[in-house]
Amino acid sequence: MFYRECGNFKDSYASDMAIFPIPLDRWGFTVMLFLAFVVIPLFASEYLITNIIIPFYCFALSAFGLNILAGYAGQISIGHAAFMAVGAYSSFILYGRYGIPLIPSILGAGVVTAAVGTFFGLPSLRIKGFYLAIATLASQFIIEWVIVHVEWISGGVFGTIQAPEMYIFGWPINTAVRKYFLALCMMVVFMTFGKNLVRGQMGRNWMAIRDIDYAAEIIGVNLYRDKLIAFAVSTFYAGIAGALLCFCYVGAANIEEFNVMTSFALMGMIIIGGLGTVLGSFFGAGFFVTLPILINHSLAAFMDVVPSDILSNIEAIIFGGLIVLFLIVEPYGMARLWHTIKDKLRLWPFPY
Amino acid sequence: MTFFFEVLVNGLMTGIMYSLVGLGFALIFKASDVFNMAQGAMSLFASLALYGFLEQYMHLPLWLALLCTVAVMTIWAYAIVFVVLKPLVNRPPLMLFMATFGVTYLMEGIGQSIYGTQAKGLNLGIPDNTYEVAGIFISSFDLFFTAVAAVLVVGLVWFFQKTRNGRALRAVSDDHEAALCVGIPLLKAWTITWIVAGVVATVAGVAWGTRLGVQYSLSFIALKALPVLIIGGIDSITGVIIAGLIVGAGENLGEVFIGPYVGGGIQTFFPYLLALLVLYFKPYGLFGKEIIERV
Repeated sequence: MFYRECGNFKDSYASDMAIFPIPLDRWGFTVMLFLAFVVIPLFASEYLITNIIIPFYCFALSAFGLNILAGYAGQISIGHAAFMAVGAYSSFILYGRYGIPLIPSILGAGVVTAAVGTFFGLPSLRIKGFYLAIATLASQFIIEWVIVHVEWISGGVFGTIQAPEMYIFGWPINTAVRKYFLALCMMVVFMTFGKNLVRGQMGRNWMAIRDIDYAAEIIGVNLYRDKLIAFAVSTFYAGIAGALLCFCYVGAANIEEFNVMTSFALMGMIIIGGLGTVLGSFFGAGFFVTLPILINHSLAAFMDVVPSDILSNIEAIIFGGLIVLFLIVEPYGMARLWHTIKDKLRLWPFPY
Repeated sequence: MTFFFEVLVNGLMTGIMYSLVGLGFALIFKASDVFNMAQGAMSLFASLALYGFLEQYMHLPLWLALLCTVAVMTIWAYAIVFVVLKPLVNRPPLMLFMATFGVTYLMEGIGQSIYGTQAKGLNLGIPDNTYEVAGIFISSFDLFFTAVAAVLVVGLVWFFQKTRNGRALRAVSDDHEAALCVGIPLLKAWTITWIVAGVVATVAGVAWGTRLGVQYSLSFIALKALPVLIIGGIDSITGVIIAGLIVGAGENLGEVFIGPYVGGGIQTFFPYLLALLVLYFKPYGLFGKEIIERV
């Protein structure tokens, strides 16, 4: 019953390399899956599902994508929302205009985004640090401009495509719960894939690049290949997340949804959640999705109608304050807090 | 041909305004290795504060209002250095970068809570006439701020080269530890840097505020200044000035002569494209210090 490693004998390589070596973790994970797959769709209200949980899943996926790039491979990208936009638009075009089935067109959107992302990752071969960060900011503005100005993509001046009706094998995805399952299944599949990717050879190469890139090159990491793969995988995730966000939550592909503020928010998510952790992506996304709603509700307790400018100002203040506070108090993010709790649990009831 | 020169000259003047914002970035990066995302928000806050002192809450004369604004920015500088940066000494640069993000949100939120969100016109009584010089139309307004920028740059160069504090800042930017060893107080140096950056932000905020009106979008001017910064090299003041001129001229010429063929609005990303091009050939910008790494 205790959170212990002892008594937990590993008698095969597979069990030695398990994602969750401690039984209680496995139980906890199973409970989370049970909650996500059974309890939430059965009992949560439609408002909760559409407005909080679906965007939470999508942003968690996207934040994880950015975490691969920034947290594992150490390449800062502050134009990541643009890649979500690429995913959203290409999935809508593939599905709505060319009639490719839904799942393949979402995956295809990921592939298209990965191609675009790899292209914008090319500067990383020559520059690094803040110079690279600004170069990735270029992708944000260039992609926004292309989407708005190329009519073939945006289909008009406002850069908005309405979501087509969704079917999987003739089965309509029209209710909140069905959309929820679509987002959830995608998220679980890709999170599992990603977790294993960063545990494997590729993840280690990335971490070596992040820590000291030239040293990594000397010990035989193919710097250029691995950096580009990091960009490709990361933007693939962004593309999938963008497509899911637009299919399941927004209901339209709209460039305003993916402006530079969203890019900054994504960066904030992984910093507050924890750089280079899978769990941190969830924490960060949850924090960013729920915070505005929480502030809104707590303000509504004091006044009848919350004026939108006051709301956005207070949101900005609390937001900024929390970012600063987190960086000072817990510089390694919320995931680190969880780590500390686990360490304490291992020793409990002894102090050390 | 006259038209070409007119576009060019106007572009150069816009460029000077970009350099003004970029200068703030370069100053702080030089002295503390912090990439200060809050520079745009500082400009916004400064212009809001000036508006508050001039018209909204008090009706001070212009010189007093400017002085008060600088005082407010000094308070911010102290707050940032002692509350935010001091606990974060020796953290990786990315953390400091994110911390300035937080400061950005804080400044925008606080500024707009105090002074309101609607756009305000800032009128400093600078004449807005248009003069014709050799067939080129130049607005006296742009001319005025070009002069102000020039004075500011000369002042900064003098400050960094000749004064005791300026030399201390250069020492700190070269090597934090060595500077500490010879007895330069790090926090004091940082505070001075942030105050200077605050002053630069005030000038930039006033310049842009009178031009575009004091509004939230001033904060995004920083995004325009970022490509200027990397073209010039993050740690070079001369670089920022020259890059500002290049970007301003390139952007205006591009918009007028290339824009119509591709549907216009290329100003939003043209500087970034230029920056990518420059970085391809000079990875540390035109005048940036090249970092040589050894294992």
